[in-house]
Amino acid sequence: MWVELLLLVLVVLVAVVIARLGDLFAAAMLTGIFSLLCAGLYTIMDAVDVAFTEAAVGAGITTVLFLGALGMTSTAERQQRFRWRPLLVVVLTGGALMWGTSDMPAFGDPAAPIHHHVEPEYLEGAASDIHVANVVTAVLASYRGYDTLGEVTVVFTAAVGVMLLLGRAAGGAARHWRRGADRSLGVSEGAAEPGELRDAPMLMREKPVLRVSVRLLIPFILLFALYVQAHGDFGPGGGFQAGVIFAAGLILFGLIFDPQAVARVFPPAVAETLIAVGVLLYGGTGVATLLLGGKFLDYDEFGLASGQHYGILAVELGVGIAVAATMVRLYFAFSALHPEDVVEPQ
Amino acid sequence: MIGWLLDAASWLLLAFGSLFCLVGSLGVLRFPDFYTRCHAAGITDTFGAVLILAGLALQGGFSQGVTLKLALVCGFLLLSSPVASHALVKAAHAHGVLVPQPVPDRVSEYPKSETAGDHRSQER
Amino acid sequence: MSAPAMGGHWVTWMIVLVLLIGLYTLIAHDNLIKKIMGLNIFQSAVVLLYVSMGTVTGGTPPVLLEPTAGVTEPVLYSNPVPHVLMLTAIVVGVAITALALAIVVRIQGAYGTIEEDEIGAIEMRHDEAQSRA
Repeated sequence: MWVELLLLVLVVLVAVVIARLGDLFAAAMLTGIFSLLCAGLYTIMDAVDVAFTEAAVGAGITTVLFLGALGMTSTAERQQRFRWRPLLVVVLTGGALMWGTSDMPAFGDPAAPIHHHVEPEYLEGAASDIHVANVVTAVLASYRGYDTLGEVTVVFTAAVGVMLLLGRAAGGAARHWRRGADRSLGVSEGAAEPGELRDAPMLMREKPVLRVSVRLLIPFILLFALYVQAHGDFGPGGGFQAGVIFAAGLILFGLIFDPQAVARVFPPAVAETLIAVGVLLYGGTGVATLLLGGKFLDYDEFGLASGQHYGILAVELGVGIAVAATMVRLYFAFSALHPEDVVEPQ
Repeated sequence: MIGWLLDAASWLLLAFGSLFCLVGSLGVLRFPDFYTRCHAAGITDTFGAVLILAGLALQGGFSQGVTLKLALVCGFLLLSSPVASHALVKAAHAHGVLVPQPVPDRVSEYPKSETAGDHRSQER
Repeated sequence: MSAPAMGGHWVTWMIVLVLLIGLYTLIAHDNLIKKIMGLNIFQSAVVLLYVSMGTVTGGTPPVLLEPTAGVTEPVLYSNPVPHVLMLTAIVVGVAITALALAIVVRIQGAYGTIEEDEIGAIEMRHDEAQSRA
């Protein structure tokens, strides 16, 4: 209770600073700290799987996406004048929410209705029907498999949207805007100008310490992602977490070396294909259960003893592939790397 | 007896680790410029975290690989934290955050006769 | 601990505060990237609210423990359902953030600015020029 409140105070403070900072570059870095604090909170609230995801996504990938977008636009926010009408809306919303939540069960109350509706069946079923120790994985991939298929499709659709907006077709145009952004350097007065952001890989080439240590770390990050992928049945982990950790490893490589270097081992075209492959693997598992005579995503058709296990592994693999490929492709889009720019290794 | 000793050692390590973290955060708040603050933060990253992890490893016992996992975490922390500090300082330097120059010692430039009378007040 | 006795809603209300900061950033700022940051804060607050509702005092993470000899009382697990919903929501959230940022980059390309009121002014001038023609 007290640890949660202390961390929440820190979260509030960081949120206020993000809201007030005029330098968007610094605000983007603070969103990483914000996410890390949230990940700490999730761990304390026993949501280890959520903490895993938040640490990799929020502190890693979202920050990089923000920096990429800032590099293509501008890093300085114009002085924002105070407005009382939004404040009024916010105060009214806050009052309504506090009034509404005062009827809710207290924090951590084991007698709360949420713990007595479907949760007991899930906890028992994970042990007796699904034979999977991590109940989160059992609910995610088996009990609520339809739901997760929907989420993966949303990720797929968002990736397609970003590719349409910034991808192949818009390649030349995006480079044109970048030049425009560089020309407007004189007006913006942020701590880091877009030009400097783009030259960052150039600077990094002079940093042997970073290059050597990142080379040491990246194999372990990728191996850890595979471990998280395979271990999701028995402990915290699964496709979503593994996908974002794998992508975070590759993005770290791109940040220190060059997006081109990532594109040589993981070409954008391969990433685009793998997004679809992941979603199809998930949906295909459902179709396979239909063909075997069962219901959609009813893994019992793969064999009563360990059919659930096989089904969950297949589905989680699909999620992992789709998420990792999506995140890497998003990184390419925001690092203004275009498929036709990729130089083949000599 | 062994259990009691392990517990005491673990608590000692945890207390010292927390102390280093506290000193580090105090340094971040109180040090005058960016580079010295980074130096203070570095102590939190390495010494504080390593001592706390060592204390936790003693608490975790030597079964189930908890100690091994904590040792791995410790190794990665020792690899990544100094590198992060290094990158931060280098980036700051590249973006033109100045290293503060020491205040020039004007006192010793004064002629002897002027400083001889009230040396202390001149120094302020 | 006496904290739950004094209402036990403080965690929820702090999360509501985080949500309000996100909401204010979203509706009061003109800069579109700052708006997306506000949206991210708002989303994190929602995730925090869900996860906090799944917490049980004295519970453990919902990873079933092997029954150990000598322990008879049942283990108290936190509720896994909010975890499942939020873990997917975070990944969907980053995909949506990327989509929003991509739209902002295109707006910068089309209008040369990402401040909402300046975009509005450009639109207004454009409309006036069209109605005169």
